[in-house]
Amino acid sequence: MSAPAPRRPALADPIAAKATLMVVAFGFLSLFLLVPLGIVFISAFKGGFSTYLAALTDPDAGAAIRLTLLVTLIAVPLNVVFGLAAAWALTKHDFRGKGLLLAVIDLPFAVSPVISGMLFVLLFGAAGLFGTALADADIKIVFALPGIVMATVFVTFPYVARELLPAMAAKGRDQELAALTLGATGMQTFRKVTLPNVRYALFHGVVLCTARAVGEFGAVSVVSGHIRGETNTIPLHIEILYNEYQFTSAFAVATLLVLVAFVTLIAKKLLLRTESQGATA
Amino acid sequence: MSRSEPAPKRRHYRPIPGFSLSMGVTLFWVGLMVVLPLAALVLMSARLDAATFWATITDDRALAAYGLSFGAAFIAASVNLVLGLVLAWVLVRYRFPGRGVVDALVDLPLALPTAVAGIALTAAFSPKGPLGAFLADLGLKGAYSRLGVVIALVFIGIPFVVRAVQPVLKDLQPELEEAAATLGATRRQTFLRVILPALRPALLTGFALAFARGLGEYGSVVFISGNLPGKTEVVPLLIMTKLEQYEYSQAAALAVVMLVASFLILFALNRLEKQRKKAAPRAVPAGVPA
Repeated sequence: MSAPAPRRPALADPIAAKATLMVVAFGFLSLFLLVPLGIVFISAFKGGFSTYLAALTDPDAGAAIRLTLLVTLIAVPLNVVFGLAAAWALTKHDFRGKGLLLAVIDLPFAVSPVISGMLFVLLFGAAGLFGTALADADIKIVFALPGIVMATVFVTFPYVARELLPAMAAKGRDQELAALTLGATGMQTFRKVTLPNVRYALFHGVVLCTARAVGEFGAVSVVSGHIRGETNTIPLHIEILYNEYQFTSAFAVATLLVLVAFVTLIAKKLLLRTESQGATA
Repeated sequence: MSRSEPAPKRRHYRPIPGFSLSMGVTLFWVGLMVVLPLAALVLMSARLDAATFWATITDDRALAAYGLSFGAAFIAASVNLVLGLVLAWVLVRYRFPGRGVVDALVDLPLALPTAVAGIALTAAFSPKGPLGAFLADLGLKGAYSRLGVVIALVFIGIPFVVRAVQPVLKDLQPELEEAAATLGATRRQTFLRVILPALRPALLTGFALAFARGLGEYGSVVFISGNLPGKTEVVPLLIMTKLEQYEYSQAAALAVVMLVASFLILFALNRLEKQRKKAAPRAVPAGVPA
């Protein structure tokens, strides 16, 4: 970390410029970040604490929370396995078409959430490519759990891999080659050499992936069908409450997601700090 | 730093095991979760004949939606460009209490689920909300207008510019600015002629990322925009409407247009970064304290 040296007079801005920049920066942050956040909490507690609790303990809210947890618990591990496999294949080996594979892994980042969800409706929806086949076999994907999981996996697809790839590439291959030379099996090398080396990147990827999986709205909205108590995740439940003018309940449930966002930011900050301490130690 | 061994030249000699397993898992999963769904999109839109496809993507409602989506994303990314530079500057150059908190808060729009951002911004900028009331005094309508769409996209896009500029600004050599000062440049001249050119690629990257994100944004926009067809309807919302009417092929056609647009942006960005890497890297003298 190269903080600018404190006494470098040439780098000091005129006091008026400094004051203006600080006012603009803080003004923007307060208006666009803090005011909306404050509104979430003020609106959530408008009816008192008991109303707040009632919104959270409502059976539909409970079902939404359980579904969100379930979807996250399926999607994140899948992305971890994929991320580790992709990073291992791409950084520890040489092959043709690496650039293309990397680009394809990144593709979901460039796709609008609505389009991401729509892809699975086009595949598995009633009028989709496999729609009639699935109907014959009596398998439900769209407007059911599998569709929600697929849409979530799609939008979170690059998160873990994108964090692992640079971390694994930065470590090179020497350590793995040394371990193998000393008689370790491939699996031992992976578990005892590679994995510990990239653990912060992996945690970071998992944190980002989890945050997105919990909060995904657009993609899940397309595939869920909004069946109350069945296919509503937390964000969709908030949308329904809001559209029914149950603002207090909507904001009450929203505070849960704000807390998830805060935990994400704190976890990210802590990981960065531990990582940089580990690097300088 | 990386001291990666030069790879053996023989293509089939792989000193590290697990290639087929990891590659197999990767290709299977990429194929199933990314390639197959995107292929479905192309197939579905190809069900329309050329004339219908063209009519779908050029009808008045679609054109109005493109105008709003591209226009609002462009304006918001431009606002982000300026505010993101200011934020990055303040975070890198100034020391003040709570800097760490501010730095973490910049990521909030990425961490906060878009639906929550949407209802919170709508409440803040609706005519009854604190900020909306202020805008109303100025004769402006915050929520339920095109301005509302821009507001949501500014919120969503700000981390992209800050996070693109911050590391470059941090690594900027102080000696450059000192040399400029020694040579008689004012602070303003130094900023315009020394600092800004060095930040330009990062600014452009941040702008492009914020723009691309804004094009596809749905969650935060759907609440604040009011969703009037032809007026405050963005393309993702129009696609959603088509899907709800079971017009799958039309929705797919519109999606193809949006995807081509975002791929072009990211492709241009990629080229830009390659050029930047190819251009002579700024030499870092050995004596610079790390």
